[in-house]
Amino acid sequence: MELFNIFIKAAFIENLVLAYFLGMCSYLAVSKTVTTAFGLGLAVIFVLGITMPINWIISEWLLSENGIFGMDLTFLRFILFIAVIASMVQLVEMIVEKVSPALYTSLGIFLPLITVNCAILGGSLFMVSREYNFTESIAFGLGGGFGWFLAIIAIAAIREKIRYSNVPPALRGLGMAFILTGLMGIAFMSLMGIDPAALTAGK
Amino acid sequence: MAETTATTPEVTVKEKEPLFGKAEKKLLLDPLGDTNPITIQVLGICSALAVTSLVYPSVVMAIAVVFVCGFSSLFTSLVRNKIPKQVRMIVQLVIIATLVTIVELTLKRFNYPIYKQLSVYIGLIITNCIVMGRLEAYAMANRPWRAFVDGLGNGVGYGVILIIVAVIREVFGKGTLFAGSPIQINIIGASNDEIGYLINTAAESGFGSLFAGYYNNNLMVLPAAAMFIIGVLIWIQRSYRPTLVDVS
Repeated sequence: MELFNIFIKAAFIENLVLAYFLGMCSYLAVSKTVTTAFGLGLAVIFVLGITMPINWIISEWLLSENGIFGMDLTFLRFILFIAVIASMVQLVEMIVEKVSPALYTSLGIFLPLITVNCAILGGSLFMVSREYNFTESIAFGLGGGFGWFLAIIAIAAIREKIRYSNVPPALRGLGMAFILTGLMGIAFMSLMGIDPAALTAGK
Repeated sequence: MAETTATTPEVTVKEKEPLFGKAEKKLLLDPLGDTNPITIQVLGICSALAVTSLVYPSVVMAIAVVFVCGFSSLFTSLVRNKIPKQVRMIVQLVIIATLVTIVELTLKRFNYPIYKQLSVYIGLIITNCIVMGRLEAYAMANRPWRAFVDGLGNGVGYGVILIIVAVIREVFGKGTLFAGSPIQINIIGASNDEIGYLINTAAESGFGSLFAGYYNNNLMVLPAAAMFIIGVLIWIQRSYRPTLVDVS
């Protein structure tokens, strides 16, 4: 159940967007309607789920001292991680273009911009610093992606509704999105400290 | 004898543009206000929220971003005509990643405590939208010196917002300034024992009775506070520049 705990933790308790504030740029830019947010969220889940295990393999088998080169090459981590992410996003772009051209055009520039989404690289860096093993990294990737997906759908839904509210003109749009995200962040803090392992162990 | 008229070839003397002329000044100063990367262009927000709980890491982060943004713009502009279109993004990312690796290793060597504190967020400078955004928008289409100045300008614009948010968060959230650095200043202290604080809010002290009862605002310690502060900064900025107001 360790994997399930990691999934739940990454999705809710340590949500990449609302607890660590990663992936903010595309989060704020794409959340104007729920349909685009939904598409981007799915793409992020897919990219995170794929790049995590690949980056784990690179980090453990190629760059570490126990790897096949036998030298400590961890300084190459950033370059290799980002290259993997860029390639995977290119792949996702091609798949989306084939499967759903409507989604492709509605996402526009933001599909390739998943490459520079802090959440993807941040997730990989967290995985390295927390020293997960292979299956844990997959669980963390999918959980983190799922949490990002939930967060962007939530803020898109709120922003769609708040367009009809009486917000001060200078605060409309972007300013309000910042304050909303801050409030959501505080709300998610109420989940901080919940340890799924302890809960399931108690039963 | 054929008359040959020697025609002097037309030589146009290109006026040498000053090294730091009006265009460069505009590139450097605009991001401080009108085209600020964080509040107007909405880029580079991720790290702005996480590192601003203390001023000292924010200053280090700002310097790092200025360095990376400036030099990556410079190098990208130098090779801009030689990169094939397909691999454009990968080349840019490799340039940025190399510069960030240099920053990380420098920080690790010269200031290990800050390196530990910033940990993941140094690596995240690679995905900082400002760096990529300026490469795509400016450096790919302009000459190296201009691109360098543009990168520096945007980095400084980012740094200014970072430091404003960090100062507010640290002074009201912890009562100090530059905590963790050699030049720590204690500003607001809530007890008589904390000698050296500029404003002592303990009820017993003579001066402090004016501000009595103020305790460190724990909301400011949360990362969500940075979101509120930036939201208010956007509010203020747009009130002075009505053209930027969202009309959706």
